[in-house]
Amino acid sequence: MTKSDEKLIDKNGLRIDGRKPDELRSIKIKVGVLSNADGSAYIEQGKNKILAAIYGPHETHPKHLALPDRSRLKCRYHMAPFSVDERKSPAPSRREIEISKVIRHALEPSIFLEYYPRTSIDLYIEVLQAHGGTRCASITVASLALADGGIPMRDLTVACAAGKVDGHIVLDLTDNEDKKGQADVPLAIMPNLNAITLLQMDGQLTISEFEETVEFALKGCKQLYEKQREALKAKYVTVEGEEE
Amino acid sequence: MPTFFERKQIVTPGDLIAEGNYIAGENTFKKDGKLYSTHIGLVEYEERKVSVVALKGFYVPRVGDTIIGKVTDITMGGWIMDIKAPYAALLRASDVVERSYRPQKDELSSIFDIGDLVIAKIVSYDRTRDPLLSIREPGLGKITRGQIIEITPTKIPRVIGRKGSMISMIKRETGCHILLGQNGLVLISGKNPEYNRLAIIAIRKIEKESHTSGLTDRVTEMLKKEKESEIKND
Repeated sequence: MTKSDEKLIDKNGLRIDGRKPDELRSIKIKVGVLSNADGSAYIEQGKNKILAAIYGPHETHPKHLALPDRSRLKCRYHMAPFSVDERKSPAPSRREIEISKVIRHALEPSIFLEYYPRTSIDLYIEVLQAHGGTRCASITVASLALADGGIPMRDLTVACAAGKVDGHIVLDLTDNEDKKGQADVPLAIMPNLNAITLLQMDGQLTISEFEETVEFALKGCKQLYEKQREALKAKYVTVEGEEE
Repeated sequence: MPTFFERKQIVTPGDLIAEGNYIAGENTFKKDGKLYSTHIGLVEYEERKVSVVALKGFYVPRVGDTIIGKVTDITMGGWIMDIKAPYAALLRASDVVERSYRPQKDELSSIFDIGDLVIAKIVSYDRTRDPLLSIREPGLGKITRGQIIEITPTKIPRVIGRKGSMISMIKRETGCHILLGQNGLVLISGKNPEYNRLAIIAIRKIEKESHTSGLTDRVTEMLKKEKESEIKND
């Protein structure tokens, strides 16, 4: 990793965007934003803007891909050409294919796939604007889209990253912090079942630093989970509020 | 044996509803003696059974359900139908054709063509095989008139109401014939389009406010008001 003169954390311990080390970016979540999809959700986490939609479960095409004992979760993470500074080619890149797989593996344990054998569930994640931590935000929003689609789930899945920047452990890394920092640890959990469904690490950390980072990410996930739940309920509670 | 939510309270997937000696009802699951929700919905207790009434869901076939299907394909042995479920349903030609079915002679598309809507009953289904339909009962068969609307299948019971109170009220007030497919498709055929419109807004209102109480009275009131304004306009 190249050394940079730019300070990512000032002498007061605040980050470039003015956040404290253990502070999340501002979050806005909306559920059920697309009427043509079976389930959908939208998240704004700092400058990230991500849309998720699900279709299904429906019959698998082509037929030979159908699994005899469970439903197939098809996941596509895609970044819009205008989502980053330099235009991104709309064709799926190596990175997008990998993130699609990572997201699928993070969500699969939360869904009762065995209820609907031979079918498939299509999940489309569209990153409209990216600013670091899109894989985590995608997992959070995709889980809401699944819940909105009425798919039976063991738990919601929520994800958040933590990492090391300028020698400090910080929560919810932005693009700059991810690129110039020393380490990035994305973590996805099922909060009620107390289970980790995704844990990656990029960079270098000592064992004790790693443990602290995971602790940070866990705290971030729990804060995010509250927002996630509120957003899901909000879609229905507004109607209830009118009448009762 | 504590419970963590009151009756009719809203839960999200993964919410711990109860702990201990409870039976997991619809839209819930049990793990290590703890009972969780699998859907966004409202909690319902029935003695020791805990269930969640889902606010959104898709149709899962059940034997005995009356459904409305759309013909999507015609094969040698019958019709493939879209029943708004994860699986396509099959209606066998031998079930429909009088006497014995002869593939060389009987033209299936002259009975039901692609795009036709059919009221049918599910006679067999399990997770290993696609649902099988039948129309050998009075009231089943091709739909020739009326209007179709689609609602969330989980809300069909609410449209029916307790012992059919809601649906019979709408039928009485609007004079429409209404057929509820368990898969969320509703057939409305009234004497004129104005009555159809009334029935549709009533059903849409129920769908939107299904989780509130005293709904039957509010729908009755709304229908009466709409009818009055109708008379004034004429």
